[in-house]
Amino acid sequence: MRPVSSWGRLSAEPHQVTALSDIATLADELHGKGPAIPLGRGRSYGDACLNPGGTLLDTARLDRFHSFDPEMGRLVCEAGVQLRDIQRFMVPRGWGLPVIPGTQHVSVGGAIANDVHGKNHHRVGSFGNHVRNLTLVRTDGGVVDCGPGVRPDLFAATVGGIGLTGLIATAELQLQPVTGPWLDTEILPYRSLDEFLTLADDSESLWEHTVSWLDCTAGSRARGIFLRANPAVDQSGKPPSPRRLAVPVTPPFPLFNRLTLPVFNSAYYHLNSRRGGARRRPFDTFLFPLDDLQDWNRLYGPRGFYQYQLVVPRDAGPAALRDILDIIARSGQGSFLAVIKTFGDRASPGLLSFPTPGVTLSLDFPNRGARTERLFVELDAVVRAAAGRLYLAKDARMPRELFEAGYPRAAALAKFRDPGMSSGMSRRLMGQ
Amino acid sequence: MNQKKRIVVIGATSAIAEHCCRLWMQRGPVELILVARNVALAERIAADLRARSGQAEVSVETMDFLSTPAIADSVARWTSQMPVDIALIAHGVLSPQQPCQDDIEKTRESVEVNGVSPILFAEAFAGAMERAGGGTIGMIGSVAGDRGRRINYVYGASKALMDRYAQGMQHRFAGTAIKVVLIKPGPTDTPMTADQKARGRRLASVESVAQGTVDAIDRGTAVAYLPRKWQLIMFVVRALPDFIFNRLNI
Repeated sequence: MRPVSSWGRLSAEPHQVTALSDIATLADELHGKGPAIPLGRGRSYGDACLNPGGTLLDTARLDRFHSFDPEMGRLVCEAGVQLRDIQRFMVPRGWGLPVIPGTQHVSVGGAIANDVHGKNHHRVGSFGNHVRNLTLVRTDGGVVDCGPGVRPDLFAATVGGIGLTGLIATAELQLQPVTGPWLDTEILPYRSLDEFLTLADDSESLWEHTVSWLDCTAGSRARGIFLRANPAVDQSGKPPSPRRLAVPVTPPFPLFNRLTLPVFNSAYYHLNSRRGGARRRPFDTFLFPLDDLQDWNRLYGPRGFYQYQLVVPRDAGPAALRDILDIIARSGQGSFLAVIKTFGDRASPGLLSFPTPGVTLSLDFPNRGARTERLFVELDAVVRAAAGRLYLAKDARMPRELFEAGYPRAAALAKFRDPGMSSGMSRRLMGQ
Repeated sequence: MNQKKRIVVIGATSAIAEHCCRLWMQRGPVELILVARNVALAERIAADLRARSGQAEVSVETMDFLSTPAIADSVARWTSQMPVDIALIAHGVLSPQQPCQDDIEKTRESVEVNGVSPILFAEAFAGAMERAGGGTIGMIGSVAGDRGRRINYVYGASKALMDRYAQGMQHRFAGTAIKVVLIKPGPTDTPMTADQKARGRRLASVESVAQGTVDAIDRGTAVAYLPRKWQLIMFVVRALPDFIFNRLNI
């Protein structure tokens, strides 16, 4: 047993960690294991990848590629392969992952099990939309294939299914052609929520990647920075290798607090407004800025932090978002990393997939115990009234009734579950 | 570097060696010969490397790692048509100390696999590279070879044999185009050390150790401690006088 934390560092409960390393013996190794839950890179923020007192099936060493078809752009690889690795080897060959979340340091298995999305959701949908097939290994020793065309019901339960249908051992991914590692990017400051929505609507048809950072210390008089990008026309030159910094220690208190937040936010806004405009940038520093700051989650101090990511349908969007920003400003527990983006209309493949047409907002809050929870209860009410939902990959605390309201198809998961798979999250939200 | 690099990896299923291969793969056209005891695993590694790069030639071989004629013949065969640019000698087993003390047959096995076999490969490659006029021999040693300690001196002594051997070859090839590189990893997060990790020990990532190995081979560094901090730690460990050292449980 050793203590394991997820990305939010809210807990460090002891777990039995089983390192899986040999794909050939996986079925034997999993047989009779349980209650267990697969662990990828541990980048989900809450308890989706935790199983306090139980077993974690660590897939980090299941990191081999099996085959690549350079004509069709189809890659078969093991679940522990990191998205960064795929990009590193495939971009020089003219292919890339269609969907990457805000960090490349996640595993293929985790990306499927959380059905992650990226800044190009309005164009390509979520990660699960590009999985052609996957192999599940279950704790009864069974090995099952599923995909959009083979056992589609099991596939829908597995994509976004936070590991509960069995261990994803391998997956076949459809890559997309890429011209190179450069993006043509634009940075535009905006000064209200309406201005953001207009920018988002105008950008979606012409820009492949859109995302926005929001200063949420200002309440509903929001201001922010809108970022958009397309594959660069000029792909010449090798991108500089990014300078990677690391947070070496955990500070004794969160560096983002009531005093520092307005300063950070204001500085960030003005810095970016000034260097705004059009520029060519490497895709990784533009799409994954936090990957250059290793262990950034330590900045929130020893008690860890919550990420609260919600999506609300487009009609309810502006009003609900205004309410949420007002509640946050009033609480004085602002967030430094507030990210807002519009989702497109492409349907997500999973029963528990998060993306749905509308606006998504994600906020970081240092853990201040009961005070933070009181704020979440207020935010939950707005999300619920707007028929929205919270993202399981980020969640560590949502009440069961909000989960059931937000994910009406959740009940259908039960019959596809692997009885040996159980996580902190599944027990909290589904009772087992 | 337009020409394909030819690289032979002895003990290709070692996690450090596998990650070195991935890095070489990424840099340009290579021809890799993977030599391993576990052929099935080596074949999966070969498939992985082929899928990663469109321009890689990867083959898998197995042999008896303790047979002198097999070593001599294989090295002669790999080097007869074309010179080998890099020979990475990475095989070994982490043999726990206590079983070796209880059964000296285990001691013999450990010293042969971890010490004798690697230097036989190194000597065979050295001769071939001398005739070809160039090449680099990389050997994966260990910080455990720097000073004998009660917890692992059988393993440590095998690695120490490699250490002195590499030193001698470096002397022999000083001023030539032949480089001998000794890598000394600290405890690294590999399947070999899974139980240390389970006990909560902080281990270096295999990716970083592989990157350091590839860099050291590029530069022809004589001895590379990975991560670098182990150079300082082992300097202190070596320098401790016996009356202090013998009281420590390290």
